[in-house]
Amino acid sequence: MKRARLGTLLGTLALAFAGDPLPAWGKSGWDELNMPRGVTNVSTRIYALHMMAFWVCVGIAVVVFGVMIWSLIFHRKARGAVPDVSLTHSTKVEIVWTTVPVLILIGMAAPAARLLVRINNNTDPQLNIRVTGFQWGWRYQYLGSNVSIISKLSASSAAASMMHSGISPTSVPHYLLSVDHPLVVPVGEKIRLLITSIDVIHSWWVPDLGVKRDAIPGFLNDASFTIAPDKTGTYRGQCTELCGRGHAYMPIVVHAVTPAAFEAWLKQQSALQSEAATHPPTTAATSG
Amino acid sequence: MAESHATAVHAEHDHKPHGWRRWVFATNHKDIGTMYLILSGVMFFIGGTAAMVIRAQLFKSGMKLVDPEVFNSLTTLHGLIMIFGAIMPAWVGLGNWMIPMQVGAPDMALPRLNNLSFWILPFAFTLLVGSFFVPGGSIAGGWYMYPPLLQQFGAAFPMTIFAIHLMGISSILGAINIIVTIMNLRAPGMSLLRMPLFVWTWLITAYLLIAVMPVLAGAVTMQLTDHYFGTSFFNAAGGGDPVLFLHLFWFFGHPEVYILILPAFGIISEVIPTFARKPLFGYDAMVYATASIAFLSFIVWGHHMFTVGLPVAAQMFFMLSTMLIAVPTGVKVFNWVATMWRGSMSFEPPMLFAIAFVFLFSIGGFSGLMLALVPSDYQYHGTYFVVAHFHYVLVPGAVFAIFAGIYYWLPKWSGRMYDMRLAKWHFWLSAIFVNVLFFPMHFLGLAGMPRRVADYAPQFTDWNMVASIGGFIFGASQLLLPYIVWKCVRSGKPIEANSPWEGARGLEWELPSPAPYHSWQSPPGEAVLAHADKH
Ligand code: HEM
Ligand SMILES: [Cu+2]
Ligand SMILES: [Cu+2]
Repeated sequence: MKRARLGTLLGTLALAFAGDPLPAWGKSGWDELNMPRGVTNVSTRIYALHMMAFWVCVGIAVVVFGVMIWSLIFHRKARGAVPDVSLTHSTKVEIVWTTVPVLILIGMAAPAARLLVRINNNTDPQLNIRVTGFQWGWRYQYLGSNVSIISKLSASSAAASMMHSGISPTSVPHYLLSVDHPLVVPVGEKIRLLITSIDVIHSWWVPDLGVKRDAIPGFLNDASFTIAPDKTGTYRGQCTELCGRGHAYMPIVVHAVTPAAFEAWLKQQSALQSEAATHPPTTAATSG
Repeated sequence: MAESHATAVHAEHDHKPHGWRRWVFATNHKDIGTMYLILSGVMFFIGGTAAMVIRAQLFKSGMKLVDPEVFNSLTTLHGLIMIFGAIMPAWVGLGNWMIPMQVGAPDMALPRLNNLSFWILPFAFTLLVGSFFVPGGSIAGGWYMYPPLLQQFGAAFPMTIFAIHLMGISSILGAINIIVTIMNLRAPGMSLLRMPLFVWTWLITAYLLIAVMPVLAGAVTMQLTDHYFGTSFFNAAGGGDPVLFLHLFWFFGHPEVYILILPAFGIISEVIPTFARKPLFGYDAMVYATASIAFLSFIVWGHHMFTVGLPVAAQMFFMLSTMLIAVPTGVKVFNWVATMWRGSMSFEPPMLFAIAFVFLFSIGGFSGLMLALVPSDYQYHGTYFVVAHFHYVLVPGAVFAIFAGIYYWLPKWSGRMYDMRLAKWHFWLSAIFVNVLFFPMHFLGLAGMPRRVADYAPQFTDWNMVASIGGFIFGASQLLLPYIVWKCVRSGKPIEANSPWEGARGLEWELPSPAPYHSWQSPPGEAVLAHADKH
């Protein structure tokens, strides 16, 4: 009995490690190396800040590691190097390597501070959406209308994610990154999210929008974004705060459509949902 | 009279308890240090086993080795065990062994307290690790234990909190002992600015411990009373505030990460001068940099909370204070490089680990700097980029420094030399595969993979496989260390001089190796001190 179980366990392990063909969805994994530029003004500016900080670090690394590698090569006992034991401090050098970093840091902090203020300006939105995290999914309410959407992991991903499902994730469209009812928003309009939670802390993140904000019970956080007018499309993200067993299984999908398409969709949803309110039950919305 | 007193004391010294009594009733700093190091090693392997399961589960998209809830338990336990069970006891063990020898004292100032602070720990870790086996499994809300999620776990929840209380008491007692030893038992003539840097960094670490462990204990106790006694400190439905816990936790948490790294700075500052055969560059600057890092560590906690929705002014403050820490940290790295500069270096295992430390810890510092920029952190936070950052500062940072310390002082402790060739194998395998393990995590985080997920989208598979393979080899390589130590202690070649290292200096090397049971039975005089100071 015990041995048989061990056998199946080893068998499962061997199968599991045997590997799958290349992912059928999305690009190859090897070139997933960097932050996306994204589709909002903020996300592209964050990308620029990130690259600036990265190159500053590379610059510092080249200098510091360069000196160190030089030393490792030339100041070795094996090469007959004689230690210069008098070299124990130098006020001049020490002043330089304290002030130069301060200046570099100021150079990095200034654009970061400007962008920080810009990001946290949530005034004058054209559309308000209340986002409520729960274990495990998201609820979106379009304020000023009766439209409300519950957004959960898509059925195909959910089925494939079950223990012993036997379904290969590469055969599922956007495994773990697709939902039943996506959030639909218009491009070119400033959208403000009012984010909260009904149970534990979650975090709403869509990298392409440059938005990550925690959903905390008892708090109403806000965040806003404006998608560039030519960037209609589907943007995917995930919960980024550990929220229990289903944490990996509560993705976020945003459909960005033209304002006209959005108005039409909202009207249709509104009609559907008021009808549903009088004649339950029904389901609404598109699939992502 | 004085003479007879001395002989009496001496006779008593030779009479140490044997068998299990020697360990259970231990009051000797070396015995207690050894027990701390063994405990740390055991916890390192338990935490490491959890990590191996985590990496196996993350080997590829769709892998279902363990249930997601078990996965969350494993990441939580891995974090708690590595921080509280592996790294912190290793520092206390090294401190116990070395501080009395380095300051010219016979033992720690408070030997019975020392015994107590050690023997609390096995109970704490039994509770912590045992919670994995109670119904419902261990807590699974991450090592930072945010409410309200923590409130959802069963019997493991109070067990973990009691374990934290015990670890906190042990840490505070240990810290008191270290402060008292350093303040009162220094050899006459050893002024503060003449102390070895390992002693300095431990002194500052001990103050950090005393300052923040009570905050952690209080915060988790408030969660306990929220759960069992109807209070609502963190319960929004009762008028409480979950974010308050985050503030309290990170007020502890950030100094805690410096508790984990400051003694490492001390060891690196001992090892590099020895193998560069040149005094440490900028000793005073090192001491002041350590002190400023410790001070700044109290005013940066908000950088763990940038996405929580703090006021913009608060985010700005925490961004600037965090960036400021890079200055004293930079000073340290520059001083180490300047110590190597125009030295006469040789590359024995302690030095190899120290050099890898300087390179790889700096990489963790760079990602720390990037994380400090709030707008960028909005993208990095909660992703594998953060996981990459803190593993770079903690594994090739703190853990490599522990290895450097062990390889540096093992001949001191045992009077024997270890197998250099095997130790170099340990180094190269560790140094290479730690990068294979953690470097791809930067990519994964930037590409959008959240941390603490039990499964992920297929496009993340490739780099996760690389990380997992690196992890398996890194993990397996660590088995070399206990073997090397065991072999050294049993059958290593006895060393002839006090020190096997040509460039070593410091009071510990003025004692024979292995050192006498009661290290300095009379304080070293000025002549010995001067000899220890000079090269
Ligand atoms: C130049 C110095 C450093 C800077 C600027 C820095 C900055 C940061 C920032 C901003 C975060 C938060 C990231 C986030 O969650 O979004 C972070 C996380 C972290 N840092 Fe550092 N850091 C530095 C050095 C260190 C050191 C020396 C250690 C420990 C030895 C350390 C350990 C950690 C840990 C453990 C976390 C993650 C905690 C968690 O969320 O579980 N850091 N660091
Ligand atoms: Cu979550
Ligand atoms: Cu921190």
